[in-house]
Amino acid sequence: MTKIHRMIGRFLGLFVVFGLIATASAQMTMNGAGATFPYPIYSKWFDEYVKVDPSVRFNYQSIGSGGGQKQITAQTVDFGASDGPMSDENLSKAPGKILHIPTVAGADVVAYNLPGDPALKLDADAIAGIFLGQIKKWNDPKIAGQNPEVTLPDQEIVVVHRSDGSGTTYIWTDYLSKVSAEWKQKVGTNTSVNWPTGLGGKGNEGVAGQIKQTPGALGYVELIYAIQNKMPYADVKNSAGKFVKPSLESITAALATAQIPDDFRFSITNAPGAGSYPMCGATWLLVYEQQKDSAKGKKLVEFLEWALTKGEEMAKDLDYAPLPAELRERVLKRVDEIKF
Amino acid sequence: MPVVASSAKPAVRSIIDRMARPSGVGDRVFKWLTLAMALAVVALVFLVGWQLARGSSLAIQKFGFHFLETSTWDPVAEQFGALPFIYGTAISSLVALIIAVPLSIAAAVYLTELAPIWIRQPIVSLIEMLAAIPSVILGLWGIFVMIPWLRTHAFPFLKKIFGWTPLFDGPIYGVSMLAGGIIIAVMILPIITSVSREILRSVPNLQREAAYALGATRWEVTRIAVLSYAKKGLFGAVVLGLGRALGETMAVTMVIGNTPQIRASLFAPGYTLASVIANEFTEATTDVYLQALFEIGLVLFGITIFANLLAQLLLRTIGSTITPRAVQ
Repeated sequence: MTKIHRMIGRFLGLFVVFGLIATASAQMTMNGAGATFPYPIYSKWFDEYVKVDPSVRFNYQSIGSGGGQKQITAQTVDFGASDGPMSDENLSKAPGKILHIPTVAGADVVAYNLPGDPALKLDADAIAGIFLGQIKKWNDPKIAGQNPEVTLPDQEIVVVHRSDGSGTTYIWTDYLSKVSAEWKQKVGTNTSVNWPTGLGGKGNEGVAGQIKQTPGALGYVELIYAIQNKMPYADVKNSAGKFVKPSLESITAALATAQIPDDFRFSITNAPGAGSYPMCGATWLLVYEQQKDSAKGKKLVEFLEWALTKGEEMAKDLDYAPLPAELRERVLKRVDEIKF
Repeated sequence: MPVVASSAKPAVRSIIDRMARPSGVGDRVFKWLTLAMALAVVALVFLVGWQLARGSSLAIQKFGFHFLETSTWDPVAEQFGALPFIYGTAISSLVALIIAVPLSIAAAVYLTELAPIWIRQPIVSLIEMLAAIPSVILGLWGIFVMIPWLRTHAFPFLKKIFGWTPLFDGPIYGVSMLAGGIIIAVMILPIITSVSREILRSVPNLQREAAYALGATRWEVTRIAVLSYAKKGLFGAVVLGLGRALGETMAVTMVIGNTPQIRASLFAPGYTLASVIANEFTEATTDVYLQALFEIGLVLFGITIFANLLAQLLLRTIGSTITPRAVQ
């Protein structure tokens, strides 16, 4: 009898706990902070997800990847977001294990301002040479050799780069470090670097503005930004030796052919495969493997599962490249391992 | 007391009550309260300085004095030197003052001494409206309107005339130290103008009348009786403008070119202390990097305080010359 009593008591207790959780979750706010690049698609997801689960509201501050990493480490948010994977050093500062959940990908394009907006083809040598300040003129044989059908002017190349720290710069410098030993040794990879040459523009709009207004300018901007502003951009030779046009398809192709480790801290620049565009990068959500608040953890996992299935389908409309199916499966498996 | 109170009306009674009690508690409370407020401002300044110093302790230890005298800013190798930023802040503010001070003081003189009454208020309102334009809007205007115009018209013209000096030499990109200075000038113009106008208005009419009585022309009256008398105040207005110029961030970042280098040419791109913080703080992920940015903040804080102290000293030397000149 006493055993049964105790069991009933426990059951009732559980009911009370569940009831409390249910009422608490009725107005649950999920706080996130971090990267600016995926902000448009994340806000779309948060908007749409309210229709799926009205009990969760999202509050996302796009304060930059550095801020996202710092806030998730300090546990002031429920999830962080970053355009670059966290370093081992930063991961070791976190009180628990942080998982990287890749969501969507984007690309950098080489945009330029030349009379008549010719379609250009560039290879790694030419791009690295220009950004190292070694190729100074538009009619340099390294550029002209790949573009025999275009008459290039005897004009100085005005190099434009981002002045603010950004994931875009991370992708760009990561690519250059992979294709040019000299770049790797002299400059390296980071969200902002010590540029050997060029002018700094603040944000995509600053770089794009300077390219649009300066005859002979060349710089890098996000693919989305170039598409929306109708800027001409170059086809780039990939590691398979093919010139590839930057597009959502060629980004997803790069994601499919790149070597992706199990912790999902990967770089997909200079990916192998004939159809891969070489200057792409993914963006990640950062969550703790062991969730502190079980109710929130459950909701977060539900959201991540939704985002990686239904959410991915919305990516293309907003000019983001979705993850390839195979990678999505791997990420979903990892999401299932989140404990709460 | 009760006798007086019963015969008076309630409102009057409360006044009498208050006046009848010569305790002075209120006075003392008021004095301490205002003292506390004044000290709070001082404490705030020290707290900001202390926080900045604490936030950058690692960088200060690592780089020491080299931070102020080296020019490499390399987040990958974690080598940080602030010299180009200090130079950029100083030069862009100086350019801004050179452009803005004559303009704003002339505008203030016109508005107080020469302009017909009906035109004064509209112009004053317009100038004050200029101060209300958000920095980022001015920056966008800078990128899309000012820079193209500077590159195609103003800069080539300057180069043609002054190209022989190192100041206006080298290739023209549009974005440049000079463009940064011009945009700061636009932003500090309203404050210098309004403060100068208030100061000129406070010059007693007796001064002007006395000068006229001595047979001075309008220009002489303005120069001797008004400007000379108000010199100290006008200097204060310029210092206020300088304070703003040193810390101006967003608009400058958008037009200065963001290249940490020291070049004699004003056509070359530069970088300021405030700009590098605005640009790089959000994505700084390593400790040393972040601390170096904190130290940049500390340097900017120091420069601002130093500039103000210097201004105070200068003000004193002006103060000693004002009396004889004004009497002359």
